[in-house]
Parts: sequence; C-alpha cells; structure tokens
Amino acid sequence: MVAHLLRLKLLLLGNSFRRSPWQLVGVGIGALYGLGMAVTLVAGTAYLSGVDPELSNTILVSAVSLVTLGWAVIPLVAFGVDLTLDPARFTTFTLSRPKLAAGLLLSGFIGVPGILTLVLLGGQFLAWRQNPATLAAALLGGVLGALMCLALARLTTTSMTRLTASRRFRDVAGIIAIIPLILLGPIIGSAAEGIESVLDWLPRLVGVLGFTPLGVFAALPGDVAAGAWGLGALRLLLGLAYLGAVLWAWERGLHRSMENPMAPRAGTKAVGMGALGIFPGTPVGAVAARCLTYWLKDPRYAASIVIVPLMPVLIWFTSTNAGNPQIMLVLGPLLAILMAFAISADVSYDSTAFSLHVLTGVRGVADRAGRVLACAVFALPVTLLAAILTPVFLDRLDLLPAILGISLCGLLAGLGVASVASARFTYAVPLPGESPFKTPPGAGARMAVVQLATFTVMSVLLVPGLGLLVAQLFTGEVLFGWLALVVGIAEGAVLLVLGIRIGGRWLDARMPELMQAVMVNR
Amino acid sequence: MSYSTAEPGTPALSIRSLGKRFGEKVAVNGISLDVPAGSFFGLVGPNGAGKTTTLSMATGLLRPDAGQVLLNGIDVWAEPLKAKAAMGVLADGVRLFDRLSGRQLVTYSGLLRGMDRATVQERTEDLLRVLDLEDAGAKLVVDYSAGMTKKIALATALIHSPRVLVLDEPFEAVDPVSAANIREILADYVAHGGTVIVSSHVMDLVQRMCSHVAVIAEGNLLAAGTVEAVRAGSSLEERFVQLVGGRGTNEGLSWLRTS
Repeated sequence: MVAHLLRLKLLLLGNSFRRSPWQLVGVGIGALYGLGMAVTLVAGTAYLSGVDPELSNTILVSAVSLVTLGWAVIPLVAFGVDLTLDPARFTTFTLSRPKLAAGLLLSGFIGVPGILTLVLLGGQFLAWRQNPATLAAALLGGVLGALMCLALARLTTTSMTRLTASRRFRDVAGIIAIIPLILLGPIIGSAAEGIESVLDWLPRLVGVLGFTPLGVFAALPGDVAAGAWGLGALRLLLGLAYLGAVLWAWERGLHRSMENPMAPRAGTKAVGMGALGIFPGTPVGAVAARCLTYWLKDPRYAASIVIVPLMPVLIWFTSTNAGNPQIMLVLGPLLAILMAFAISADVSYDSTAFSLHVLTGVRGVADRAGRVLACAVFALPVTLLAAILTPVFLDRLDLLPAILGISLCGLLAGLGVASVASARFTYAVPLPGESPFKTPPGAGARMAVVQLATFTVMSVLLVPGLGLLVAQLFTGEVLFGWLALVVGIAEGAVLLVLGIRIGGRWLDARMPELMQAVMVNR
Repeated sequence: MSYSTAEPGTPALSIRSLGKRFGEKVAVNGISLDVPAGSFFGLVGPNGAGKTTTLSMATGLLRPDAGQVLLNGIDVWAEPLKAKAAMGVLADGVRLFDRLSGRQLVTYSGLLRGMDRATVQERTEDLLRVLDLEDAGAKLVVDYSAGMTKKIALATALIHSPRVLVLDEPFEAVDPVSAANIREILADYVAHGGTVIVSSHVMDLVQRMCSHVAVIAEGNLLAAGTVEAVRAGSSLEERFVQLVGGRGTNEGLSWLRTS
C-alpha cells in the first residue's frame, strides 16, 4: 500500500515530463541547483567535525530548527508544497488510514525539496564522524528530523485547509508573502551586522530549541558527544513523543477532512461595473478596464504593485550601505522599467480566457493599446513621482530633467517592448487563481530566457538618455540634461507607438498560435 | 437583421477538406460538411472524435493544416474579422475572465466587438434575465457553479446577435430548467432565421432538438443530413452506435451481477 502510493507519486512525476520536455529541463536545473547547494552545505557540515562540539551543536541545532520551521510555515503562505497526492482525492477509496498517512508522508521525499532535506539533515553525521556513537546518533537524529519536517508540513497544511482554501486568504497571503522575499537582502544585511550580538544569545536560544520539536533531534548527537547519555535518551524519547503527537494530530485532521470533504464556499460581495463603467465604451477602453480590474484583483499582478513601495526601501538600504545617497537616483528609471515589464507576460496570464479576444476578433492594436493604457494608469504617476521626488530630496535639481527623461523613456519604451514580447513569447505562468509563487515545474528555462531578453532590450534602450546624463555629469553643462529629457520622451514615444503597432500586427497574424501556446501551458 | 452579404441558399457554414494533425495523431481527417442556413445542426461523435478540433478550426481558434471554412460565404481564415463578426461561439475547455462579475464579463465581450455602450447595457440585462442570472450578475464568475459558468459564457456568445451560433457542449453541467430555457432561446433563434451548430454526446437531445445532424468518429465524417435521413427509421442513438461501432457484447462483467 505504502509502496503503491510512492510508485504513484513517481509515476505522476514521470508523466509530467512527458507533457513537455521543458519541464524536464526545468526540474533538471532545479535539481542541479539543489544538488550544488546540498554539496556546499554538506561540505560545510563535514568541516564542522574538526571544531569544538559545543559550537557545531549550536550551528546545527539552529540551522535544523530553521529548516524545520520553514517546512511548517512556507507551504501555508506560498503553497509551494505540491498537492499531487492531495488526500481529498483518496476519499472514495477504502484505504486504511495509517497506511494512507504513511504513504502520503513518505511520498514527500520524492521531489527536489524532500530529497534535499533528507540529504541535508541526514548529512549531519559528517560533522559527528569523529566517533561512532555520535555518528550513529547524528544519523538517527537526521532521518527522524527530516521526517519531522514533512510531518509538520502536513500538519500545518491539513489543519489550515479550511482557512487556506478560501480565495481571499490565498490572494492576500500570496501578496504578503512577497514582501519578506523582496526585503530578504536588507534583512540579511542588517542581520550580518548584528552577528556579534547574535553569537552572545544564540547558545541560550539553542538550549531552548533543543527541547522543542524544531531542534530536538538535531541536539541528540551533542548530548552523546558530551557524554550526557541520560539527557540524550530523554531527548530521544521527547523527540519521538513530539513526532508521534504531530503524526497523530495530522492523521486525525486528515481523517476529519476526508470524512467531511469541504464544500466549496460561494458568496462574494456584489460588485458594480467598476472600471468598465469608467473607461470609454470602445474595444481599447474595454481592454484597459478589464486589465485594470485584473491589476487590482488578481494576486499575480499585485506582486508588481507591491514592488512599488518596497523598491525605494530596498534602494535606500543599498545606498546607505554604500554610503552614497546618490544611488537613490536610479529609483525612477528602475521603477519605470519594472512596471512596464509587468505587462510582458499578459497573454500568458490571461491563459485560455484569451480565447474571448480571439473569438470576438478584437484588433491586435486595440488589444495592445488597452493593456498599455491600464498599466500606464498607475505606472505613469508612480514614475513621475519617483523621478521628480528623488532629485528634489537629494537636492540635485540640476539632474532632474535627465532623470525624468530617462525614467519616462524607460516607461514608454518598456511598454512598447512588453507589447511586442507578450504578442510573441508566451511561457508557463501560475494559472489564474493559483498562488503567484507557484512556478509551474520546469517553466524556469524558457521563462528565464524570455524575461532576460525582454529586460536586456528595455535596458539597452536607455543608453541614449544615460549617455547624455553622463555627459552632463562630466561637463557640468545643464543643457545635456534638458537634451536627455527631450530625447528620452521622444524616443520613448516613438518606441511605444512602434511597439503597439508591431505587437498588434503580430497579434493579428498569430492569434490562433498564441491560443495554442496558452492551451499547452494550461 | 441585415446581413445580406451572402447569396440566398449559401450554407451558413461550409467546411471543405478540413484537416488537422497533432504530431503523429490525425485529429481531423479531411472533413467536408455543409450546414444549411436556418438549420439546427447537431454534431455528434464519441469522445476524442475531433468535434472540438473541428469546431475550433471553424471558429478561428485553431489554424487548420488543410482545407477551407466558409461562414456565410466568407472565408474564416482569409477574412477572420468579417467572419467572426457574424459568429457567436461557446468554446469548450477554455477559461473565462473570471475575476470579472457576470455582468462585467458580458459587457466586456460586447464592447470588445465594438458595440456601443447603450446597446450592450440593454442586451446584457436581457441576457442575464432570460438565463436566470440576474442575482448572480454582480458576483464574480470565479465563484459561479459549472452550470452558471456555461450560461454566462453563452451570454457572451449571444450579445452581438450573430447570424450563426457555434456551441461546443452547451448543455454540459447545466440544470434541467436552465437547459430547457436555453433550448427555447435557441429554437426561437432558429425560427427567426438564425443557424445553430451544437456538439453533444446526448443523442436523445440532438434527436429532439436538431433538424440536421452529422456523425464524426476518429476524425472522419460518417454521416450527415437531416435527422430523419440519418437515423433512417431507428433511433438516433441506435444508428449512432451502428455507425461508430465499438459496442461490446453483454457478457463482459459476469462478476458484477450481485445475485
């Protein structure tokens, strides 16, 4: 039975490769990346064998606790945990509950994150290889710790299903989860500064973690190394009790959810005509209104909006770290390009709903112009604000025209490039209603190539404006700045019109092919 | 209605040697078919027969490998915009812009077709009323049931009062009352000169509802004509099974007999 479920998981994984070779490439890259990380970390662990056991205990217990905490929490907000073996799908089969639970639990090891965790936690023994007793304790603790990770992930996802199944929660959680990811750099940066004070209180924290479900198994070899056999035995018992409790609670939750499969909850509050009532009643206006509605309601777009307030914070961190506040001047152009880039996967995001555009025979130009308009509604004010306020606050009014010119060029030309890109290149994106984080397995390679190319083209188009800015900085001649403003706006406007025209023509010619592309990504 | 572009007697939809292959698999194998103007045309076939592929190629969603499609005499693949203006399509297996409310979605499909706002507004309300979606009109389509989703998709296909309606599986998951309402709307539409093409698995429904029928299996056209002519005395279901084949003898599952 258990073996059966494991084979099913393997089969599902194998079949997903058959649908698209890109998927195999993507998983291959993911696996390589993971393997590289695992080798590095395991090598680091092996190095620990030479150091003071006290220190390696501190490091390993805190690291393992962090990994375990990640398994417990991340699936909740990011839904990165895969539901290929969703317990709800087994409701109609008469399976014995413990066997189903065991099968589901172990199937978590099939897949890149599961294997990686097993390798990493199992690899702890390398740090304790100096004597057989600690080695055995580390091996046992590692495997049990990995099991604990998977069990905790199952417990939190199962017990929170009722909450996480609601669309509103998914939408909001998806957006909120982006924030720490974007701010990861600054957070790590400031954490690194405080590393000395951390070293003071970390041993005490580890002492506590060693008795919680998070770090109990990782603390096991430390006890053995210290010769505290009684404490070690006690800890093992405690850990097993934790594991048992988690499994018991999960199994109960699983049982409950299988006996009362959740009825989908309906009922959102009524909405009026929204933007569709405001924009002009033309195809362009309709597309713009629909896209704007999606910008506000679809969490996949919301990610692009959340960036707006976070980007200044991010750049401010960078500039203070570098000790040069002038770096803040990149804010305007950067925001402009990022926001223009947001519509470069528009057709992919529409998914097969794009069929409505195909069937109604909307002109490609109208489709392109509407999407640009929707994006510009907030991208333009944001870009203007960023481009004007940064020189004002930095007291570099002399640079204002150039920065404004480059920013507007970035936005207008960027929108033009995005209009062409999304008419020609689709790639697998999270489907409508899915978490913005859920990268379809194997989407990576094609997506990276398309995105990189789009970004590169957008950046290259800034060169004329940047050149004039550099000229102004070297000569101190303000005229160059004004030239940058004129050139930037003119270049941007021309490229925008060209982009909409070319993108529109491509769309007219290739609508059925685009339709097929989004059908495959489905 | 004033669509007098086509000669009298021109078929509403005329398919000539239409073919499509996906890799090794031939999905549609050179089908030729005429749908007379003013007919209620049923397209039937087993699962995977190529119904959806044929209809997708006829409506401009999927580019054929070979062949021609004429809608009221307009070549769908040479003059797609003109052909699409005269056609209302309910596609199967595609998403809708489901973060819009039902009312917004129908309005959107009208405005996309370049209709003026006042007409769109009036027809949207009419459509929501007859499809029994008045209360649901303000809710997001993502929260609709399968049947309601089908009905709102039908509304988006009707808004521009097309000459020809192409409906892929329109009754799937629709409740009996709504299905009866939809049938009545379609019958009325045909009575006033429109042409309806539906695909379906339900033979009884096609026999009762349609004036003409075509049977396809494995990408080939097996029979086409008036329902009377095709069923030739027997019921459409019997005739269909006879044409398509594949019925096993009734000795298959002896162990399933519980007595």
